Amino acid sequence: MSILINKDSKILVQGITGRSGLFHTQQCRDYGSKIVAGVTPGRGGIHIEGIPVFNTVAEAVHYTKATVSMIFVPPPAAADAILEACDAGMELAVCITEGIPIRDMVLTRRYQEESKTLLVGPNCPGVITPGECKVGIMPGYIHRKGKIGVVSRSGTLTYEAVKQLTDSGLGQSTGVGIGGDPIIGMKFIDVLKLFNEDPDTEGVFMIGEIGGGAEEAAALWIRDNMKKPVAAFIAGVTAPPGKRMGHAGAIITGGKGKAADKIRTLEECGVTVAGSPTKMGEAMLAALGNRT
Amino acid sequence: MNIHEYQAKEILNAFGIPVPRGRVALTSDQVERASKEMGGRCVIKAQIYAGGRGKAGGVKLVHVPEHAQEFGKELFGKRLVTPQTGPDGLKVRRILVEEAVEIAREFYLSITLDRESSRYCLIASAEGGVDIEEVAHKSPEKIHLFTIDPYTGLRPFQARRIALALGLTGSVCEDCVELILNLYRCCLEKDCQLVEINPLVVTKAGWLLAMDAKFTFDDNAVYRHREYPDMVDYSQLDPLEINAGKYDLAYIKLQGNIGCMVNGAGLAMATLDVLKEFGGEPANFLDVGGGATREKVAEAFKIILEDSDAKGVFVNIFGGIMRCDIIAQGIIEAAGEVQCTLPIVVRMDGSKVVEGKKLLLDSGLNVQCADNLGDGAARIVRMLG
Repeated sequence: MSILINKDSKILVQGITGRSGLFHTQQCRDYGSKIVAGVTPGRGGIHIEGIPVFNTVAEAVHYTKATVSMIFVPPPAAADAILEACDAGMELAVCITEGIPIRDMVLTRRYQEESKTLLVGPNCPGVITPGECKVGIMPGYIHRKGKIGVVSRSGTLTYEAVKQLTDSGLGQSTGVGIGGDPIIGMKFIDVLKLFNEDPDTEGVFMIGEIGGGAEEAAALWIRDNMKKPVAAFIAGVTAPPGKRMGHAGAIITGGKGKAADKIRTLEECGVTVAGSPTKMGEAMLAALGNRT
Repeated sequence: MNIHEYQAKEILNAFGIPVPRGRVALTSDQVERASKEMGGRCVIKAQIYAGGRGKAGGVKLVHVPEHAQEFGKELFGKRLVTPQTGPDGLKVRRILVEEAVEIAREFYLSITLDRESSRYCLIASAEGGVDIEEVAHKSPEKIHLFTIDPYTGLRPFQARRIALALGLTGSVCEDCVELILNLYRCCLEKDCQLVEINPLVVTKAGWLLAMDAKFTFDDNAVYRHREYPDMVDYSQLDPLEINAGKYDLAYIKLQGNIGCMVNGAGLAMATLDVLKEFGGEPANFLDVGGGATREKVAEAFKIILEDSDAKGVFVNIFGGIMRCDIIAQGIIEAAGEVQCTLPIVVRMDGSKVVEGKKLLLDSGLNVQCADNLGDGAARIVRMLG
């Protein structure tokens, strides 16, 4: 089953004619994803790699019944692209774009949170259900079908974790990159809720980092609601305060958002936290082992 | 993106928010002249990209222009060290000379992003002029927090509620309402991540004034404000970080001797963590990004090597789209250009990894290839230990 996407999901790509959009459309399609349409304003009517391109999301949805949007639109127009996907009634929008202004996202989130559209990202690697469907830029080859749900704020660190899980014999049900920005759609809790109810997920691996309080909020939710074992890794234990460490959301301000605080809260709530990024697979095995 | 206090005050002024009379000075003569303009009695304030200047001796009230000039001479070119600057401090190249003000009350007012609600929120407190984090810690009930619905924006009745919560009445209260509304408008129009007035004072004469102001612009929005790049004071930034910014690389200089090059912010942070775990000290944080080309990899490598503290380099690239042979070429190119003899450990994963490793091992560089993250970290720490 998995969550959010599966082998039958019909996907359209906003920004399909851009270099990044086209490249990843091909990669996803090669992985097995059903890319049924593309949207680039002004290019409607053409076909690219055999995929029909439309001027608007609404048109594309009307003709192809796509329910998922993968967004590769550049920062100045990306927030508007998310709004358009919500307005067209899509079930899920996955926004890969990094660099969307805060002001734009504040307004977009306000509209999106009252729509029926789930948002993953922005500034995220996307969502993957191994063996079935990929909506994003993550390398497919490191993933393997299995029972561990993965949710992460990071991109390449997630790949490192997934590789360790796969090498430890633990395949993945669905991997969700929620993104590195301070304003995002689905947060840890939202994804954990889905994993909690997913019959194909038996355990969850969470990857967090410095900045904000999402990990702490997730920890409390896990303590009170989670039925399945959770392991985690938090990056940035050694990050200096006040410095933005790459991601717009990865910054310790006013003493808040430290990795050590997140780790402590998670452990107090029953999450097995890996002490080293080299031991993420081990931590997941330990969490699963503790439950038997 | 940061700006100085005097620039922040210019912006506030443009949005109808009252600020003290002041002049920016670039020399101690200018300080003396500005002080004369103020009638002799004035406040001399060092302009640096950090707070905590007062306690570090960067702010002084003087009574005569001669003292203003002396203090200016003392301050210019000095590296001011505050709890927010790091041990090297920041160089003082500009001084703000301001009229001295008789303060009756001090407040705290700021607008910033609340990640929890994905909205802007206004933070107000009747405890102004002091460390707001301490107030939040010791007396949280004294902090008022209002999240702002982007559909309505900040409405006058809400601003009134805030002004009343601060204990203001009469015409000062009305002035405060207008100030708050202007502050919100300013925050949005200027694409700020933070606008902070601390303290916002009521003078003895009964006027509101923004005594100190701090702005942080949203880096993602700089592209749509043409004047912002010219507002940057490069003397406040680390030259290596400035250079990296030109190539769109996220680079932060640290104190250790192991140069790092990683693709992806989370993995880069984790790489620093693992090096420290193994007993090493990273010389920098560097995220070379997702779609890096051979040129970008080469530039990244050169920037790391420009740091004389770096005695070795750890490359950790988990490629998905990045091809390992391209990465290898970038490293070899850069190392060759600067004639690098430093030990290098490379851990690569992804497409063309076999080709990439072969290129490196055949290059003649002092390079080892690691099997995984832990192996790589252990090797570089051992080589430099």
